[in-house]
Amino acid sequence: MSLLKPGHRGCAGCCDALAGKFVLDALGEDTIVVSPTGCLEVFTTPYPESAWGVPWVHSLFENAAAVASGVEAALKALGRKNNTKIVVIGGDGATMDIGLQAISGAFERGHDFTYICVDNEAYMNTGIQRSSATPLYASTTTSPSGKVSFGNPLNKKNMPAIIAAHGSPYVATASVAYAPDMIKKVKKAAEIKGPTYVHVHAPCCTGWKFEGSKTIEVGRLAVETALWPMYEMENGAVTNVRKLKNRKPVEEYLKVQGRFKHLFTMEGGAEVIKKIQAIADWNVKHFGLE
Amino acid sequence: MKLIIKTVTKPGSTRANKTGAWRSFMPVFDHKLCSKCGICAIYCPEGVVYKLENGFFEPDYEYCKGCGICANECPKKAIKMVLEGK
Amino acid sequence: MRKSMVVVEGSYAVAHAVKVCKPHVISAYPITPQTHIVEDLSQFAADGEMNCEYMNVESEFSAISALIGASAAGARTYTSTTSQGLALMHEALFNASGMRLPIVMTVVNRALSAPINIWNDQQDSISQRDTGWIQLYAEDVQESADMTPQLFKLSEDPDVLLPSMACMDGFILSHVYEPVILLEQGLTDEFLPTYSPEFMLDTKNPMSFGAFADPSTYTEFRYKQEKAMGEALRKIEEIANEFKDIYGRYYGGLIDGYALDDAEIVIMAMGSVIGTIKDTIDELRHDGESVGLLKVRSFRPFPADAIRAALKNAKVIVTLDKNISVGKNEGALCTEVKACLHNTDTRVPVIGFMLGHGGRDIPMSMIKKIINKAKLVEKGIFVESEFADLREDLA
Ligand SMILES: Cc1ncc(C[n+]2csc(CCOP(=O)(O)OP(=O)(O)O)c2C)c(N)n1
Ligand code: SF4
Ligand code: SF4
Ligand code: SF4
Ligand SMILES: [Mg+2]
Repeated sequence: MSLLKPGHRGCAGCCDALAGKFVLDALGEDTIVVSPTGCLEVFTTPYPESAWGVPWVHSLFENAAAVASGVEAALKALGRKNNTKIVVIGGDGATMDIGLQAISGAFERGHDFTYICVDNEAYMNTGIQRSSATPLYASTTTSPSGKVSFGNPLNKKNMPAIIAAHGSPYVATASVAYAPDMIKKVKKAAEIKGPTYVHVHAPCCTGWKFEGSKTIEVGRLAVETALWPMYEMENGAVTNVRKLKNRKPVEEYLKVQGRFKHLFTMEGGAEVIKKIQAIADWNVKHFGLE
Repeated sequence: MKLIIKTVTKPGSTRANKTGAWRSFMPVFDHKLCSKCGICAIYCPEGVVYKLENGFFEPDYEYCKGCGICANECPKKAIKMVLEGK
Repeated sequence: MRKSMVVVEGSYAVAHAVKVCKPHVISAYPITPQTHIVEDLSQFAADGEMNCEYMNVESEFSAISALIGASAAGARTYTSTTSQGLALMHEALFNASGMRLPIVMTVVNRALSAPINIWNDQQDSISQRDTGWIQLYAEDVQESADMTPQLFKLSEDPDVLLPSMACMDGFILSHVYEPVILLEQGLTDEFLPTYSPEFMLDTKNPMSFGAFADPSTYTEFRYKQEKAMGEALRKIEEIANEFKDIYGRYYGGLIDGYALDDAEIVIMAMGSVIGTIKDTIDELRHDGESVGLLKVRSFRPFPADAIRAALKNAKVIVTLDKNISVGKNEGALCTEVKACLHNTDTRVPVIGFMLGHGGRDIPMSMIKKIINKAKLVEKGIFVESEFADLREDLA
């Protein structure tokens, strides 16, 4: 039975719940989880309840990496570290925006912990505002499409590269749509000594506007169109990529999501979709996906 | 209930909250079509699709929210989403 | 000078006190005038004199955040900061207290920017008044050091479980060389029990910390924090007495009086200015003036009952504040003292003076000037609150 227990308040079809479940499936009981503020944190722990079957702590939105480093230091000082795995499970906003400094510090200090970014590409907990993980031209409540806007005008930040630049021994991308692969990577990350990182693509039905039954399907399309490249980096070098056989055009991914709907109705949308296709093409070349 | 200070809560206590009440569609598993692959159990966000002793799978309707992921992902189309109360 | 005394810098005396309290995790970030404390602690760690994890974090925000994690995992934890660093911690201070984590922090009091200024006043810690941290203010170096084990004992008490600040005036205490007794390891082991929390992050007994509370439970968490402060009120006195029994030193518990019992004019203050006030009182008493001192040692919890009892014979109360609530033209002690007397029979004037901001010196002549103003109250000349040390040429 999963260590993330049912009864939590995640939306039906929630990507964050899946990610949390897979992380615990990978790591087992001897794990301490640190969660920053965000959907997963809020919907799993409405006092006096908790969905977590392992020790879990939430402090603030922007400090999870620092909290985790303190947990690790304490276990060492108290002689209780042994094989206990310390893992942060944080949203893209907590990771790539407000918590970036604390993450940088913790990775530089080299604590033995694993940071999992559950990337649903916006601030979902506060109602789908853009983050630096929001992809180009997605419509969110703070980067809406409008008469003179195609939505979010900025490119997604390359967080795995930032972590790799800190000298992390293991950085990987994964997706909730590929459970065995994700579980394998999380396990590997936790087993490697030092600060490691897994960036998990997590399609959010509520925020991206598709039916909850399609969470996995949408996640697969992101990978199959090369918009979400799956790779592993060891000591800064890409050591493994998931190859694509019959790459799909990005339209197939975009058209199933309400957040990209305007690209198919607005004048000039076709041009804009080409720019998104160019991102996929760059991924293919950069990571050698084909 | 007395508050435990430190905002400490007990593990797995969300079980008190029966999310089955959220459901408008109910997944119905057809064992005749099932290949026992277990994909439905892996991708259930609630973690409430369980393997039976005979190797088939069934959801715990006390918690199943009716999201339909299991039906969508089943390679054998062995799960049907049926309107609640029908 | 007693034989066991040594002349050391105030920061060293505090760092040494921290060492003998045997914290498991220290996490800090340098900022003037706190730097010497963390440098001394780093040296202890480098010399293998401390069996602890010393974390060089990238900011004060991470310093306190790391301790939140460490304390939740069951460790005794310590940090020190001041001014901008303390302000940067603000959000996490509420969090540490709300999670009932007994972190101890030395605040080396310093002014806040802008304009940027590295010298002493108490605006930094006073501005954190409502974060749910215990705040004690030290009068001299010895008291600053001695507060450390006292606060670990208080914070870690199962009936209290609140974080605490030992506040010492920047430079005036942190950088002064004074003869002090360095806290003895043996006595400290006797005084301070090991920390063994009932709940901690432990994979053998998994618990969740820091849940989300909705309107149906949030109020009670606040209420319990307030009750714990009430417990602290009782225990500060108790712990100060236990400290006296073991180490032989006492500075008052919640408050302390000096020439107080028959005093008509009572000066109230916190921190190192107490020394100057005592010297001034000695002179004025010699001249036959009826002046006394009420030192406030504990600002949070605020010892309202003790203060009321101590002030019952006063004719005029004077408060000194090294802080201001801009827009109220008053310092925090003044406001608190007025408020605590309001629903009582004590109907005496409280006049507030703000002074010593950004490190401006407070000489004895300033205290005398203030006392002369207090005497005018009997003639009906009355200022409610004012800056005592304004430079007329700049104002
Ligand atoms: C300092 C601070 N700023 C803002 C917030 C409000 N806030 C809470 S969660 C959240 C967004 C969370 O986004 P993300 O990390 O991507 O997690 P998600 O909910 O999308 O899974 C925001 C903006 C906060 N709690 N604290
Ligand atoms: S908004 Fe998205 S991430 Fe948040 S609970 Fe709903 S599905 Fe999960
Ligand atoms: S996914 Fe379908 S085929 Fe596989 S075990 Fe479940 S019901 Fe059976
Ligand atoms: S419908 Fe959703 S919640 Fe219900 S069993 Fe299937 S996957 Fe689980
Ligand atoms: Mg998000």
